[in-house]
Amino acid sequence: MADDKDVLRDVWFGRIPTCFTLSQDEATEREAEPYYLLLPRVSYLTLVTDKVKKHFLKAMRTEDVEEMWFEYEGTPLKWHNPIGVLFDLHASNTVLPWSITVHFKNFPDSDLLHCPSNSVIEAHFMSSIKEADALKHKGQVVNDMQKKDHKQLWMGLQNDKFDQFWAMNRKLMEYPTEEGGFRYIPFRIYQTTSDRPFIQKLFRPVSPEGNTHTLGDLLKAMYPDALTNDGEQKRYQVVIHGIEPLLETPLQWLSEHLSHPDNFLHICVIPAPSD
Amino acid sequence: MPASLLWAVDVYGRVYSLSTAGQQWEQCRDAQMEFKRVTAAQQCCWGIACDNRIYLNVYASDLPIRYQEETYENQRWNPVDGFSDRLLPSDRWQWSDVTGLQHQPLDGFQLPSDSWEWEGDWYADENFEGEPTEKEGWTYAIDFPATYTKDKKWNSCVRRRRWLRYRRYKAMDSWAKIPSQETALPDPFSDISCGGWEISEEPRGRLSLWAVTLQGKVWFRDGIYHSSPEGSSWDDVSVPGEVIQISCGPGDLVWAVLWEGQLIVREGIGRDCPKGTSWAVVESPSPDVGAIHVAVGVSVVWAVTKDNKVWFRRGVNSHNPRGSGWISMVGEMITIDVGLNDQVWAVGCEDRAVYFRQGVTSSELSGKTWKAISVPRDGDRSHSSASAASLQSAGCFFSGEVCAPSGASDVESDAERGSVDGAGCPAAAASPGLSVEATADQTSEPPRPRIPKVTSDSFISELVSDREQRKPSRDAGAVAPAVLEVPGEGEDSVPPAGAALSPSQSGGPAGPQWSNVDLEEAQTQQGSTAGAVPDSADTSSLSSVATYTLAVEDPYGADEHPVWAWVSGGGCCVDSHSALSWFSSAGASSLVQSIQSMSLSVSPAQTAAWRRQIFEQLSERTKREMDNFRHYEQAIEQSVWVKKGTMQWWRDWKPHKWIDVHFALEQFSGPDGNKDGILFIYYNQHEEKKYLHAFVNEVTILVPVLNDSKHTFAIYTAERTRQRWPIRLAAATELEMHDWLALLSVSCCDSRALQGPPSKQAIWSITCKGDVFVSEPSAALEAVPYPTPCDQMFWRQVGGHLRVVECNSAGIVWGIGYDHTAWAHTGGYGGGFFQGLASSTDNIFTQTDVKSVYIYENQRWNPVTGYTSRGLPTDRYMWSDASGLHECTKTSTKPPSPQWAWVSDWSVDYGVSGGTDREGWQYAADFPASYHGYKTIKDFVRRRRWARKCKLTTTGPWQEVPPIPLSDVTILPCAAPSGVDVVPVWAISSKGDVLCRLGVTALTPAGSSWLHVGTDQPFKSVSIGAASQVWAVARDGSAFYRGSVSAQSPAGDCWYHIPSPAKQKLKQVSVGRTSVCAVDENGNLWYRQGVTPSYPQGSSWEHISNNVRKVSVGPLDQVWIIADKVQGSHSLSCGTVCHRLAVQPLEPKGQSWDYGIGGGWDHITVRGNAMEPARLRLPSLTGPSSLVPPGPPAVTDPEANGAAVGC
Repeated sequence: MADDKDVLRDVWFGRIPTCFTLSQDEATEREAEPYYLLLPRVSYLTLVTDKVKKHFLKAMRTEDVEEMWFEYEGTPLKWHNPIGVLFDLHASNTVLPWSITVHFKNFPDSDLLHCPSNSVIEAHFMSSIKEADALKHKGQVVNDMQKKDHKQLWMGLQNDKFDQFWAMNRKLMEYPTEEGGFRYIPFRIYQTTSDRPFIQKLFRPVSPEGNTHTLGDLLKAMYPDALTNDGEQKRYQVVIHGIEPLLETPLQWLSEHLSHPDNFLHICVIPAPSD
Repeated sequence: MPASLLWAVDVYGRVYSLSTAGQQWEQCRDAQMEFKRVTAAQQCCWGIACDNRIYLNVYASDLPIRYQEETYENQRWNPVDGFSDRLLPSDRWQWSDVTGLQHQPLDGFQLPSDSWEWEGDWYADENFEGEPTEKEGWTYAIDFPATYTKDKKWNSCVRRRRWLRYRRYKAMDSWAKIPSQETALPDPFSDISCGGWEISEEPRGRLSLWAVTLQGKVWFRDGIYHSSPEGSSWDDVSVPGEVIQISCGPGDLVWAVLWEGQLIVREGIGRDCPKGTSWAVVESPSPDVGAIHVAVGVSVVWAVTKDNKVWFRRGVNSHNPRGSGWISMVGEMITIDVGLNDQVWAVGCEDRAVYFRQGVTSSELSGKTWKAISVPRDGDRSHSSASAASLQSAGCFFSGEVCAPSGASDVESDAERGSVDGAGCPAAAASPGLSVEATADQTSEPPRPRIPKVTSDSFISELVSDREQRKPSRDAGAVAPAVLEVPGEGEDSVPPAGAALSPSQSGGPAGPQWSNVDLEEAQTQQGSTAGAVPDSADTSSLSSVATYTLAVEDPYGADEHPVWAWVSGGGCCVDSHSALSWFSSAGASSLVQSIQSMSLSVSPAQTAAWRRQIFEQLSERTKREMDNFRHYEQAIEQSVWVKKGTMQWWRDWKPHKWIDVHFALEQFSGPDGNKDGILFIYYNQHEEKKYLHAFVNEVTILVPVLNDSKHTFAIYTAERTRQRWPIRLAAATELEMHDWLALLSVSCCDSRALQGPPSKQAIWSITCKGDVFVSEPSAALEAVPYPTPCDQMFWRQVGGHLRVVECNSAGIVWGIGYDHTAWAHTGGYGGGFFQGLASSTDNIFTQTDVKSVYIYENQRWNPVTGYTSRGLPTDRYMWSDASGLHECTKTSTKPPSPQWAWVSDWSVDYGVSGGTDREGWQYAADFPASYHGYKTIKDFVRRRRWARKCKLTTTGPWQEVPPIPLSDVTILPCAAPSGVDVVPVWAISSKGDVLCRLGVTALTPAGSSWLHVGTDQPFKSVSIGAASQVWAVARDGSAFYRGSVSAQSPAGDCWYHIPSPAKQKLKQVSVGRTSVCAVDENGNLWYRQGVTPSYPQGSSWEHISNNVRKVSVGPLDQVWIIADKVQGSHSLSCGTVCHRLAVQPLEPKGQSWDYGIGGGWDHITVRGNAMEPARLRLPSLTGPSSLVPPGPPAVTDPEANGAAVGC
């Protein structure tokens, strides 16, 4: 019988096979081979693509190189969203490997944040954790941690150290038993059909009557269109980490087990494949 | 924690109980009568019914209450008749007690009450001091009284034999009347309180029961203990005034309230004098308002004054039972009760709800807030039909009553109104629904018979008028105690009432009221005098049931609150950590429940559905996204991860001492993908930096070590096990140590690719610290001739704290704590300090354990002052440990480790072997010597033992198997082919009863119930082997074989006595496939020769080894022991796991020992390991003895079980 712990491992060790190709627009000295890599779903693009950068730089002249950015079928990929979210949102139900185009010119300032160094990612990651903890525990847990504990979380993610990360992250996942869950569930709902970056509101894991809130309850409150009514054809898929949990899955459990390392539950609502 | 019960009585006299595991009040349907008061202990509940008699409800337990009656048949030899019953005139009776002084013919024995039945007929006992006697059970002697032997000699002139008969208490789980006093019954009882079970553990189940009569006298019930639950007689206790209420705590506190409002405190209560000696008076908390109610616990006293204010007494303990001062508390209550763990319960004055005092801890005995218990009563749930039922019964009860109009409108909101509606006009139903339900109810529950009243009105009137003449001043008392029409009410438990009147009220309107009022009387009186009470208007909101307006408003109003009159938490085991489901925030739990049941909320099956869906989808995702792309490069390269810290290290060279070191764990992925790591200990020696290291994959165990000041643990490798010299480290804080242990443990398990719960074959062991370890046996562990050496076994810790663990190869594991609590393994792993990933999420529960710490007070006699604490200069410390070598004073002695916390104060321990005098002293000629429990002229020194209890709270994959405390347990070692096959489990209760657990399967390892197996004497060890061979050891050191045990007859039919080895007393037995091994009290290991299927008792004991503390024989007949002393290359260890080598079918005794982990080990069980090794046939030239140090453990000193590791 599988244990809930296995879910954490599966989530952490989720990988997306990716093929990086250099954009046609880039001027190269010689032809650049595509580069294949297994990307961790829970990490960030700019954090795990040093190898990609090195690979393509070999084919380019230094003066042509500006900040690297990625694009999939015309959509610039926001590095500050976890890789799994980018994939689920833009490329699920497509053929693997995921084909990402690499650019070194014409950085789309209007679409993407700059990422000059890993410390920017770290700052973004840590601020997400703090925001999530503010929702879950009024920030008490993360504030009680020491600097080195924060570092341990970040280093765990950066070096893909599951044990190192979870040794600390479990503290962020604790809650008083009598309350039945966190204060609010840190979640973000992404959709392709809207210009809004994501939906994020206050939502409790347990109703005032003491009932457990489920994924379905959350969507009903936040994004009712995502739900399929009776007799209707399914229009949307609700995807977390590349899977579609049942709508009756308790939200608290999802938050504890299917959150990304930034402690947010990233939920992608994507159009159901037409076939 | 097992479920326990909170008892309460409502104003109608109905008795309810609420289980700590439950969510509704269960009505005690069995009670034929209305009750006034109840007082509960953990094993029973006492009550006063409306007939003013005392009733007892003993909870059914798997362990029957049996009492052994015995009498002796005496005969004398004469030349004519041989032995005959013709005795000399100077002789004892022909049938007598053991002393011969009491005439006791067989037919002179009567059942003490209707609650008992005989189990069988008289039979002659054929067991004499552990030895079987001749057929008829005679023992012989030269003359009466003398030393008896079982053999007839030439000079045996007299003989006697013992006849036994058992009687059994049959009135379990029902209210049985306590038999009337042989002499005139003390006058009718009005209050009752039981407690005192902590004063002394002997005899088992002892209780003190205090009762107050209507006349204000106090009586003490003598002789209550486990096999005499009803007690024997009432003892009068003189009191300085007239008592109205009394409260007895679990310990030695007894307080009572006098009519005048003062309190009295019983002093001199102790083990030898549970009745106490004298009373001391304590003034009422408030100078103007007298106390009306008091409740005491172990070291707390709570009181309620007549104005319903609640008070807490400061500074109460057993040395100062009077305490030091009163503190006023928030809340208005009518009664209050202190239960176990000094938890406090009360009935609210305003709403009559039962309140629980939250936040009561040993450090904050006064708690924090009152919280109302809001659970429905059985039948009340989700609809008002049940309340209609209660209305109906109330209606019957009050039918014909004239209800007085109420003067105040604030009663409108009171919940009791609904009841009154029903009560006042049961026929004129408020709504159609109500009447339908009421009718339906009548069919299911016949109307209650009218309650007979015991006290005659004239009697009461007399009493009252008498009282008023003598105490006119009481009339000035601020508030008149109220009267309730329900006979099951005590006056002090009722708020001041206006309209409700008692007969005596005609004599003085505001006078104190007598509570035990005949109903009819009350009704008539009420009609005539209602409204005559001056303060009726402002107190009417508090007034009792029957006085409310008839206004019919909301027929469902009665649902809101049950109306309570009395509560008793004496048997309710909760503490401030208990998670109780009794408090629904909205106060409408029934509503919540109905909503839940309607909205089809998460059921277990559905839970499984969504969870299964996630598991399945994740594994599909892995297939989809990763399986075809494994050859792709990983984005993140693995690197080394280092964790560093500082610790102290017990250095390897002399002089040994703790030195500061830096500690580092480097972890990396090995070439095969396995994780691995290295431990480094960096230290300075002679100004030079050096380090010591150990490979994580070579570490065999991480053991927390007992140390009263440092947080220490030991790290062993195979080599260090052979040296008996582990790496000993101490962390700065407990938390730090646990973090390190958890991390190192995960690292070790990773390096060996071990995860998840222990396998069914696992070998379990326990250290003397109570920590639980498991080892996964390798396939070659039992191989002959090349077994895996014991010192290479890897042990990992499992949460929990145990003294005994037993398992079988079906994965059923039971444990027993130091406090004898039985635990069943839940199949989980981790717990304790293992958190997060090293622990399963489910199946981990809180576990507590309690043990005693002992110190000795030593004194020497001198001619001037007698015994004093002034010893000779050469003497031991006057306060010391058992050896006398270490000074241990009451203040300096700490709990065994920082995990333990004191939960009691020091008290003299009388249960020392050898006996003590009344003050607990044992005498001897000199230190150290053998002590005896009485003083002789040659005794110059004496000592006594003091005990103090400490408690540990941890978590682990264990669930309690209540309620019987155990001392030994055994599980049939053969593998069960399926999860539903019943597996025999036998146990010995802590009192020596033999028990057989029914319903144990791999799926329900805790089983369902105990079956009691009769024995003639207490037992201490039991073991069941293949083919249902059950062997047991009695307390007298002899062995028994249980005949005819089978699946059909799980308890077998009779015991066959097996004499112990010559001059040895056995203490433990273990049975494997065919082998039976036993250990005696001198540390010898014996093998039972000649055991065959046709003659399972075997023929004789053969000696295997000495220095053995415990043995475990497995399903392959493998023999493992805990050895007392094993010499390693650096040190000696005590309590070492050893494995018998070269055990083969034709050589079941084996040849030599292989030494494993230790010292400091207390227990091992290999009964799960049924893995047959691959058979290898080799010439025995390369005997296994070459693998190990030669010979059995060499040291023969049976003393000193202290652990080499100090753990």
